[in-house]
Amino acid sequence: MLARTADNLFWLSRYVERAESLARILDVALRLATLPSAYAGTSNEWESAIDIAMCRQLFFENNEVADQASVTQFLIDGPNNPSSIRRCIEIARHNARAVRTAITTEMWEILNDAWGELQRQKFKSFTGKDLSRFLAFVKEVSLRFDGAAYRTMLRTDHYWFQRLGMFVERADNTARLLDVKYHVVLPQTESVGGGLDYFQWSALLRAVSSLNSYHLIYRGGIRPWLVAEFLVRRSEQPRSLIFAYENLNRVLDLLSEQYGRQGPSQRLVRKTYAGLQNLDGDTLFQSGLHEFLTQFIADNSQLGLAISEQYLQ
Amino acid sequence: MSERVIFDETGGLDTEPRPIYREAVAWFREASPELIASRKAEAEAFFRRIGITFAVYGDEAGAERIIPFDIFPRILSGDEWARLSVGLEQRVKALNAFIGDVYGAREIVKAGVVPEDLILSNPAFRPEMTRIKPAAGLYTHIAGIDLVRTGPDDFFVLEDNARTPSGVSYMMENREAMLRLFPELFARLRIKPVDQYPDELLTTLRSLAPATASREPTVVVLTPGPFNSAYYEHTFLADRMGVELVEGRDLFVRSNVVYMRTTEGPQRVDVIYRRIDDEFLDPLTFRPDSALGVAGLMSAYKAGNVTLSNAVGTGVADDKAVYSYMPEIVKFYTGEEPKLANVPTWRCREPDALGHVLANIKDLVVKEVNGSGGYGMLVGPHATKAQREAFAAKVRANPANYIAQPTLALSTSPCFVESGLAPRHVDLRPFVLSGSDKVRIVPGGLTRVALKEGSLVVNSSQGGGTKDTWVIDDAPSPPKGQKQSQRQMS
Repeated sequence: MLARTADNLFWLSRYVERAESLARILDVALRLATLPSAYAGTSNEWESAIDIAMCRQLFFENNEVADQASVTQFLIDGPNNPSSIRRCIEIARHNARAVRTAITTEMWEILNDAWGELQRQKFKSFTGKDLSRFLAFVKEVSLRFDGAAYRTMLRTDHYWFQRLGMFVERADNTARLLDVKYHVVLPQTESVGGGLDYFQWSALLRAVSSLNSYHLIYRGGIRPWLVAEFLVRRSEQPRSLIFAYENLNRVLDLLSEQYGRQGPSQRLVRKTYAGLQNLDGDTLFQSGLHEFLTQFIADNSQLGLAISEQYLQ
Repeated sequence: MSERVIFDETGGLDTEPRPIYREAVAWFREASPELIASRKAEAEAFFRRIGITFAVYGDEAGAERIIPFDIFPRILSGDEWARLSVGLEQRVKALNAFIGDVYGAREIVKAGVVPEDLILSNPAFRPEMTRIKPAAGLYTHIAGIDLVRTGPDDFFVLEDNARTPSGVSYMMENREAMLRLFPELFARLRIKPVDQYPDELLTTLRSLAPATASREPTVVVLTPGPFNSAYYEHTFLADRMGVELVEGRDLFVRSNVVYMRTTEGPQRVDVIYRRIDDEFLDPLTFRPDSALGVAGLMSAYKAGNVTLSNAVGTGVADDKAVYSYMPEIVKFYTGEEPKLANVPTWRCREPDALGHVLANIKDLVVKEVNGSGGYGMLVGPHATKAQREAFAAKVRANPANYIAQPTLALSTSPCFVESGLAPRHVDLRPFVLSGSDKVRIVPGGLTRVALKEGSLVVNSSQGGGTKDTWVIDDAPSPPKGQKQSQRQMS
């Protein structure tokens, strides 16, 4: 298959996944911002949304304060934001059009319709209700796209590159969400597990659609170290880091089988996957979650580069 | 013009239809307006869903538009088609011989049939090609010959497209739509299929693979990219042939061999069905600013390691000044009388003709010799006095750049317009494939319609639409019983 086609499939899924993550980040911020500060703490939810989306510098070059109006506008439709939700969907649709015959009609129609919907809408003045409706629309696009890929694509290298993009992006998003939230939720003076952060942690779980599933796995209340464990190394959790790496590992194995050749991507994915499997959970949360996540984010981005060099150029 | 009798393909809706149209006309006469409206809506939905679009240059709002499709079919009898196809084959063989001669010994110039400056001053003439001998000595492997009709037996060639003719995806998708919409008509009439076109194209392209290629030559379609107006067709053809659709950046040349970048490393490419113009093919040879092409492609081509389809420099045969010599060109290379007629053409480069054209401009169609797509032309009877005068000034300033033809009474076919069924002018573009083994022509082609009342311009960029073209298989078939008993025996 053409390297450019694989590259398009890889990035197309990354952008769809990214649009969904941005929508989830905004969802959490919106929910926390509505809580009285006695429950949510005094941290600025909108600023932390900007941190999770990794665009602090760009944001403050274009805005003075981080509040609901400026942050939603910037993340959804910021004219100077190359990774806004609108741009993500536009790029995904553009990539899909460039590889139109490499994806199925169902996948194409979802992106084409979503793009058409964005052309018709104007995201200028969002009140809370319209915003939630829009965020639900974005999440639905991603769910439908993922479902269409899963249900209609042939299991050939086309499908594997589509999956690689999705899981690399998802691992990155979960790691950053956890890293930033961990930071915000644990002010220096507050003890871990204090009452104040309950809403923070439950909002974080909500952001990854996992509040209910957390309660299914952990019968007790919300404990920060358990939330971290849940999102890092529970393979039942489809947004966890280990789930992403289980899949990345499998898909890269399938590719090396099909092509009869292994390379740096296979070596890197195996190393990171093994690291996740052998994590010492007790020490992880007490000391060094931040260091761990920083390293993970770097490794994950390294894997993206390795896949790109090995297959996509 | 209006006093001339215009031939309608059906024979005219007010009278008894011509025999081949009997079934179709009866269907449309009997169908209720609601049924027709629902079939039209179905067709519209079909084209929207598959995303068959074209781009109109310089039109921001309509960046991706659907070409209007008319559900009333254009029908040709088996006899009519048989006559057309032998004429098409003869004409394309002559075109190929002419291009080879132009880049070779130039016998036709020596014989005084075609003036040499017509070739050398032609902007589409590529001097590089005098040193390159393409596979099988063939140049235009995929040609689109535009035909028009003025009476039951009067077909004319209006234009030869020897470079990169487009529209074949519409021929196929129109058929797909009609099969869904009118299964009852397809059951009753024996309509020759067209869906073998991609297979025949692939066979043709493979037959032209260079001698150095492997036994299973790798064919690709080279597109300028998603912003090109015919991008849908490029994806369609690559998909149906089961070959890769590449852009220039997917290819590179090493040691005069072309490779594509794949997920498994470089893979050799043997035949490139290129849908980009000559001047963008190779920045080292042609336009250095071209980002669409492949550096070194022409060296690989010259070394005989890759086939370009169509060959470089075929444009020298399809400009409108050369067109006017086509009857002589056909005679010169085939030794036969042309089986397809040319439209009488005045070459403004000749002083007598120029005088005639300027004096009669209000009755003539005047065209730039290198124009295409309905741009750069004047339809005298439909132009205002000011438009005619402005155009005449351009012709006077550069006569060699123009030819003129009488306005033909182009045939019409019934079309659905807002007021109902009304006659609109049509043409026909069959696609002629020339491989090293033989010439292949899928029965039919693309019928284009000038949807504006009275308009003669069928180009999609100028508000034209399309129709499905049916060639009826009217060869006598063995009686049904006999056929069945044979089947039982075998």
